[in-house]
Amino acid sequence: MRYLPLTDPDRQQMLSVIGATSIDELFVDVPKSALLKDLIDLPRAQGEIEVHRHMQRLAEKNTPAGRTAFFLGAGAYRHHVPASVDHLIQRSEFLTAYTPYQPEIAQGTLQALYEFQSQVAALLDMEVSNASMYDGSTACAEAAMMAARVTKRKKIVFSGGVHPHYIATARTACEALDLEIVALPAAIDDEAAVADELGADVAAVIVQSPNVFGTITDLTKIREAAHGAGALMVATFTECTAFGLIEPGGSYGADIVCGEGQSIGNALNFGGPYVGLFTVKEKYLRQMPGRVAGETLDADGKRGFVLTLSTREQHIRREKATSNICTNSGLCQLAWTIHMTLLGEKGLRQLAALNHEKATQLAFALGGVPGVEVLTTRFYNEIAVRLPKPAQGVVDALAEKGVIAGVAMSRLDPRAGMDDVLITCATEMNTHDDIATYADALKKVLA
Amino acid sequence: MTTETTSGNKGLQQAEPLIFETGHATGTGVDLPAPKGGKYEKLGGLGRKAALELPGLSEPETMRHFVRLSQKNYAIDLGLFPLGSCTMKHNPRLNERAARFEGFADLHPLQPISTVQGALELMDELAHWLMTLTGMPAVALSPKAGAHGEFCGMLAIKAALEARGEATTRRRVLVPSSAHGTNPATAAAAGFTVDEIPARDDGRVHLDDVKAKLGPDVAAIMITNPNTCGLFEPEIKNIADAVHEAGGYFYCDGANYNAIVGKVRPGDLGVDAMHINLHKTFSTPHGGGGPGAGPTVLSAALAPFAPVPHIVKKPTSRELREHAEGTQAFGRMCAFHGQMGMFTRALTYMMSHGSDGLRQVSEDAVLNANYLLARLKPHFNAPFGERPCMHEVLLDDSSIKPKGVETIDMAKALLDEGYHPFTTYFPLVVHGAMLIEPTETEPKRELDRFADVMIALAERVNAGEVEFFKQAPKLAPMRRLDDTRAARSPKLRWKPEANSAAKQAAE
Repeated sequence: MRYLPLTDPDRQQMLSVIGATSIDELFVDVPKSALLKDLIDLPRAQGEIEVHRHMQRLAEKNTPAGRTAFFLGAGAYRHHVPASVDHLIQRSEFLTAYTPYQPEIAQGTLQALYEFQSQVAALLDMEVSNASMYDGSTACAEAAMMAARVTKRKKIVFSGGVHPHYIATARTACEALDLEIVALPAAIDDEAAVADELGADVAAVIVQSPNVFGTITDLTKIREAAHGAGALMVATFTECTAFGLIEPGGSYGADIVCGEGQSIGNALNFGGPYVGLFTVKEKYLRQMPGRVAGETLDADGKRGFVLTLSTREQHIRREKATSNICTNSGLCQLAWTIHMTLLGEKGLRQLAALNHEKATQLAFALGGVPGVEVLTTRFYNEIAVRLPKPAQGVVDALAEKGVIAGVAMSRLDPRAGMDDVLITCATEMNTHDDIATYADALKKVLA
Repeated sequence: MTTETTSGNKGLQQAEPLIFETGHATGTGVDLPAPKGGKYEKLGGLGRKAALELPGLSEPETMRHFVRLSQKNYAIDLGLFPLGSCTMKHNPRLNERAARFEGFADLHPLQPISTVQGALELMDELAHWLMTLTGMPAVALSPKAGAHGEFCGMLAIKAALEARGEATTRRRVLVPSSAHGTNPATAAAAGFTVDEIPARDDGRVHLDDVKAKLGPDVAAIMITNPNTCGLFEPEIKNIADAVHEAGGYFYCDGANYNAIVGKVRPGDLGVDAMHINLHKTFSTPHGGGGPGAGPTVLSAALAPFAPVPHIVKKPTSRELREHAEGTQAFGRMCAFHGQMGMFTRALTYMMSHGSDGLRQVSEDAVLNANYLLARLKPHFNAPFGERPCMHEVLLDDSSIKPKGVETIDMAKALLDEGYHPFTTYFPLVVHGAMLIEPTETEPKRELDRFADVMIALAERVNAGEVEFFKQAPKLAPMRRLDDTRAARSPKLRWKPEANSAAKQAAE
């Protein structure tokens, strides 16, 4: 077996040093009835050629996004990731390192974490970032739980613009703690409705901008209302490149800004692994979940970095920890940092402007298709459109024609009563021809 | 003694500032088409006003920056990484390649189901391997890490109790004091109260201690097996039976499943739920802290409550059930379907090994650990060393501490020897713990080399060379770092106006 270096003579020699005659003597504590005598009924070992072939065959049963005219977002976005990013994250010293528990031999990971935290805080206009979460949805759920800890209140209000899967994820986590989730009816453009739900029992209002329908919102009044009622405002997002062009939650005074970072540095990967971004106001630092890197000095007075503030965490606090999380999204976070370094402010602004330009072209093209109404009026790279028939059937019919048109709102939330609404997005990856192909195909499908 | 150079470099070790100190707002490593301008802008006046303060670097500068950083890291590809409880084994590169196939990597989680049949088939295959290996009837694939898998398992238990009408009466979860911190943290996150089972001198959980705690208010027990002391729990089956008899469930922390894969099926031990760290047992890369993956196998009693999404087999295709409404599913763990990139890697790993290779994995992991135990036992105190260990060796500093050297000092001395140290001070139930996990991917000569180094360090302790240890590391990229300083006045991001800590120190 190519991954196992011990030879049979090695094994015999080692057993004799141990003073055992067989390997099963080392499994002496396993109840006899549970120690398997035979091999488990699964295929035997295979060489690289065979396994490669099998995996390739499975891969070929899928239709990769890049082989289609592709306009699907709704929580995961297809962007160009520079070739150097994937090369760098595959360096052994990053790929095969552990969590930096021994900082003297992990400064590479730690400095990159510190740079990541600095970049994320700058992008979202917030004071403090952690070292990343699993993904945007779990980051949002953690924000809800954190708000309940900070305010000692039990009700969380979600706007009708938050991604339905984010609400479902938060509901699962929060209801375990007997927190109450109020999810407002899905609405294309009504983040402000959360303010009507405010009361002395509300821990946080959670709004999304750009929201799941692509709408961007001025959050100032919502923040004022939330703070007036003693609640936190949490601003979440699914498309982090937006903040190269629009104001982030931090600029509106949000207490927690969190969401999905996949767009920078990370492929679609059928939904994971991704990278959750999580930022807070400094005064809430001690209630923040997740790992965090900080600056310090070594014994020679040289600047270095360590994991810090671990007294919040499960390995110290156990059942009193701020979260049970004990990893970050390491390599995805590193990819994010490398890609963001390549972009810089100039590149990010240009990328964001391009996305918006493609989306305006898409909105114009789809708006010109008879029977189609563009519902989103202020947007970044994603819009909702109303179709003259149920959107799921249209999506399926377009897929037959090589167009991945977006996602039907009915798939995200069957009970929203928005069966005719399609969520569709454009990025820098879409060409003029893609957009024309899409509009033409839609015209035919609707005819 | 450190040799100061003009450059700040130390041979191949390059000094490297932060990107914020070298990059600038107009630097960039990408060439994008120029946008045509804001004529048709639809931002509603919400455009970003202030500067972003995000530095950019050209591609060659970016490559150098991150390659230089990488050279300050230890890694499994450099040498033995005996971090107990963490399972730092070789990461096969075929797995990396497979995960990057266009048909997996360039696939959106919400694509029409007809276009992702291969992905669903792969998930089904992975599920089949996991269920067959563990002898469990169901698996939830979506948890994104081990702790997330624990959360999934405990929520399934909660849902099962709710279905029995006992959710409000059964709220107590038993957790041995030797458990990973995630266990009590997870039980609390799932809304349970934690009742600790105190440790015994032999490092094991005793049936009598469990029985004494059982009652009509007990929801579950969470036990790590093999446990965090590196021992298989001999009474595990009887404990499971007792918990079941008392109406509770058995959550098994599967962090150490790599010690028994192919040899023992957790389903045969009475387990109701167990997460599997794909990044441990099935060797998806640790990546400096993540991403992990924590699929959670479930017993027949818990299977109906598995979170969405569910893969539904049809005669000629597979579908996805994405909504919990109308089912017994307890909810949703995350936005999409879990860590697909890790599923690909783990399945590639499993198929490469096969059922014969996986059995060899656990046998060699256990053999390697016992070999190190045999070689180190004469030189260090091994608290439970009178019996065989599983995949990891537990030593403590009780034999060296009276001579002035503690676990942390041994660890730092190992840095100078070119090793990542063992896990320090865990499990908490043993004072000054040194937990060593060599894994099955180490050849015998590497084990011997490491044992020789450990023994030589023990001899230095005996020779009274305390300062040698207290000064370590001297040869690592950095000297000992000041954790207290970092925590006292946290500096968690670069700021343009702030002086660096180094400057402050110089003043």
